[in-house]
Amino acid sequence: MENARFRPLEYVFWACTLLPFLVTPSYLSLASQVAVTALFALSLDLILGYAGIVSLGHAAFFGMGAYTAGLIAKHYWTEPLSGLLVAAVSAGVLGYLLSHIVVRFRHLALIMLTMGFGLLLAEAANSASALTGGADGLQGFHVPGVLGFKFDMFGRAAYAYALAVLFLCFLVARRIIHSPFGLALRGIRENATRMPAIGAPTLAHLRKAYTIAAVIAGIAGAVLTHTTSTVSLETLSFGRSADVLVILILGGAGRLYGGIIGAIIYMVARDQFSGVNPQYWYFWIGLLLVAVVMFLPNGILGGLRALRKKPQ
Amino acid sequence: MALELPKGARYALIGPNGAGKTTLINLLTGMLAADSGTILLDGADITSLKPYQRVHRGLARTFQINTLFPRLTALESVTLAVLERDGHAHNWWRGLAAHRQAIDEAAGILRSLNIPDRETAELAYGQQRLLEIALALATRPRVLLLDEPGAGVPRDESAALFSAIESLSGELTILFIEHDMNVVFRFASRIIVMVGGRILLEGSPDEVGRDPRVREVYLGGHARAA
Amino acid sequence: MLSSLAGVLFDGFAYGMLLFLLSVGLSVTLGMMNFVNLAHCSFAMVGAYATFSLVGRHGWPFLATLPMAFIAAAVISVILERTLYRRLYRASDLDQCLFTIGIVFISIAVYAWFYTTEQQSVQVPDWLKGAQHVGAMSFANYRIFLVVIGLAITAALVLLVERTRFGAQVRAAVDNQRMARGLGIDVDRAFMFTFALGGGLAGLGGALSIQMVGLDPTFALAYLVYVLIVVAVGGLGSIGGSFAAAVVLGISDMAGKYYFPWLGAFLIYLVMVALLMWRPQGLFGKR
Repeated sequence: MENARFRPLEYVFWACTLLPFLVTPSYLSLASQVAVTALFALSLDLILGYAGIVSLGHAAFFGMGAYTAGLIAKHYWTEPLSGLLVAAVSAGVLGYLLSHIVVRFRHLALIMLTMGFGLLLAEAANSASALTGGADGLQGFHVPGVLGFKFDMFGRAAYAYALAVLFLCFLVARRIIHSPFGLALRGIRENATRMPAIGAPTLAHLRKAYTIAAVIAGIAGAVLTHTTSTVSLETLSFGRSADVLVILILGGAGRLYGGIIGAIIYMVARDQFSGVNPQYWYFWIGLLLVAVVMFLPNGILGGLRALRKKPQ
Repeated sequence: MALELPKGARYALIGPNGAGKTTLINLLTGMLAADSGTILLDGADITSLKPYQRVHRGLARTFQINTLFPRLTALESVTLAVLERDGHAHNWWRGLAAHRQAIDEAAGILRSLNIPDRETAELAYGQQRLLEIALALATRPRVLLLDEPGAGVPRDESAALFSAIESLSGELTILFIEHDMNVVFRFASRIIVMVGGRILLEGSPDEVGRDPRVREVYLGGHARAA
Repeated sequence: MLSSLAGVLFDGFAYGMLLFLLSVGLSVTLGMMNFVNLAHCSFAMVGAYATFSLVGRHGWPFLATLPMAFIAAAVISVILERTLYRRLYRASDLDQCLFTIGIVFISIAVYAWFYTTEQQSVQVPDWLKGAQHVGAMSFANYRIFLVVIGLAITAALVLLVERTRFGAQVRAAVDNQRMARGLGIDVDRAFMFTFALGGGLAGLGGALSIQMVGLDPTFALAYLVYVLIVVAVGGLGSIGGSFAAAVVLGISDMAGKYYFPWLGAFLIYLVMVALLMWRPQGLFGKR
């Protein structure tokens, strides 16, 4: 059985996430973006890495959370934590509804359906411009801060908020994968045919995993809204769904930290490379993808693990 | 076709390739949908139940080709089956370690079948065949359907495998598919012969061994009462 | 109203022909090798930029560049198939998706480097400009041209697949690859030619699409969704299915844009999702 205790390296890792406050204060807003993306990738890891469901439309839940949080802040109240909760619930409801359809399909039909639902939602948000602001995005609200800390131009409170939410959600995800339910998800990934033969209600498990993943993705979207005080259509876009998939695979799916490591590398690299022309950034990320599939089938973390195992 | 399996019986299901033996298991377990007919388990109609629901009613199976969880350990796999049986696999909040009883039970099953706790993919083939049975046993079945449990196992090891099967509780009804007639006549209390999707004959090993139709099906080959 | 309906139907049909050319190759290669080649539209882009260069920079006549667009895309696709893709035939769906998306990204950056990110257009002969008028209705010459080419190629493809030895091999390989190999068919070779043909047709489609939708390096991604819809809805490995799906998609897209402009592409995606839920194997798919 896998040990559920925190390992020393994990303490070191989380301590390192505090470094941006001290070492690179001018990059705190990038650090918040990284934390949000890492959280989004973590949510995808639960369904892709652990349960084995491929999704090319995961941004639907991220965007749902982002818009819910934005609409609340614009029309009702600007206290973020309660807004976060409502956003999580709305993304979860959407995930629960879609899960009844999605978990029945496999292979190309599954990829196309998840993509289709994502595109549908993005188009719906684009068309309903009275509500969402359409292509201009949702603007005209300001979330002043959280728990008395102001979201200012230095981005200290914003990063602290994003990091705290990431850490809490990480603990939840970690708990889930070390639970009986987490074991059942790994069972589905390893062999979906065998599961019913040991009495497992596979579809019910998958629906639950999908809903939990949607909730976490919605939380990530809401944090982005709160820390930037704007919501753009891009939160729902196919590009964001594809990016998060790339990030997770790059870092290594099915190992919790894969999405976080992937997000750090991807976001920092994009920040460095895309300064000149965003099109050229595509070249590097494309090359990276090709290389990962060819040489690092289990992502960066999988590669590191293989390196560590070899000498023994 | 009509078929009745009394409690505690050890049935062998034999017949030439393509006779529909595995199809019969798939129909009984619900992995294939039946066009017509009813399946009763202890008098209750389970025809409309999904495969996993039939497992909860006490109908378990193994697979002819290993259908295991390659990257789970043997203990994790069997524990998962125990947890699913008791409805604990829904629990996503308590750690696995809190389910000590399930882990202990799984470890007990592994011990009784002499399966070491390693990652499934690293187990020897014969041990993987045993793990197939361990997974089914962990569901605490009343009826156990074994699809060629000895498939691919060398002859000297298959005797040990079937001894392990024989030592299972007498409360358990077992039906196994097997091609090796020595094994069939040694371990089965009743034998069902299937040909061309139908049941040709059902009887005691003696009756089946003497039946001229059975000899004909096997072209007088190795159908000898041992 | 009636004339606008006829116009929409005609324009949608012409658009459908383009989508058919862009996607039929992917449908057949997916059906044969189960290889999810998301870079299919990159091949189309190769053809499109070949035509753009030859017309704009070297002064070739538009029509003469079309075969070159076909050849350029076919050659590139065979090179990729021989060197990279064949290593991934046994990989998972996800790995194939990621790998080919990587190729898409690289192709976008490379074309942006050589041709900038500006929207490009191409000079077509005078007789392809203007329109034919029938009563109150008008049909753009270029779209008539598209319909003619599309139908001709469909007919040629059907003949090729139904009547030739090569076609029989391809059908056998789509139907049951293992059996085809057992019968002594060189599936790898048949696949290479199919891949080249599919890539070439996409290149031709790309070249023909410049006049209708313009050309910039994001072409490889922008039309991917449409191509995937055609393939998924039409069913893998089915020429007839791809044709029907492309026409349905082309017409509904045009109709949506004409009658419900505020819905954007919503309608298309709704149709796709509904069709997939109804028939996950596609309209004409067998598996």
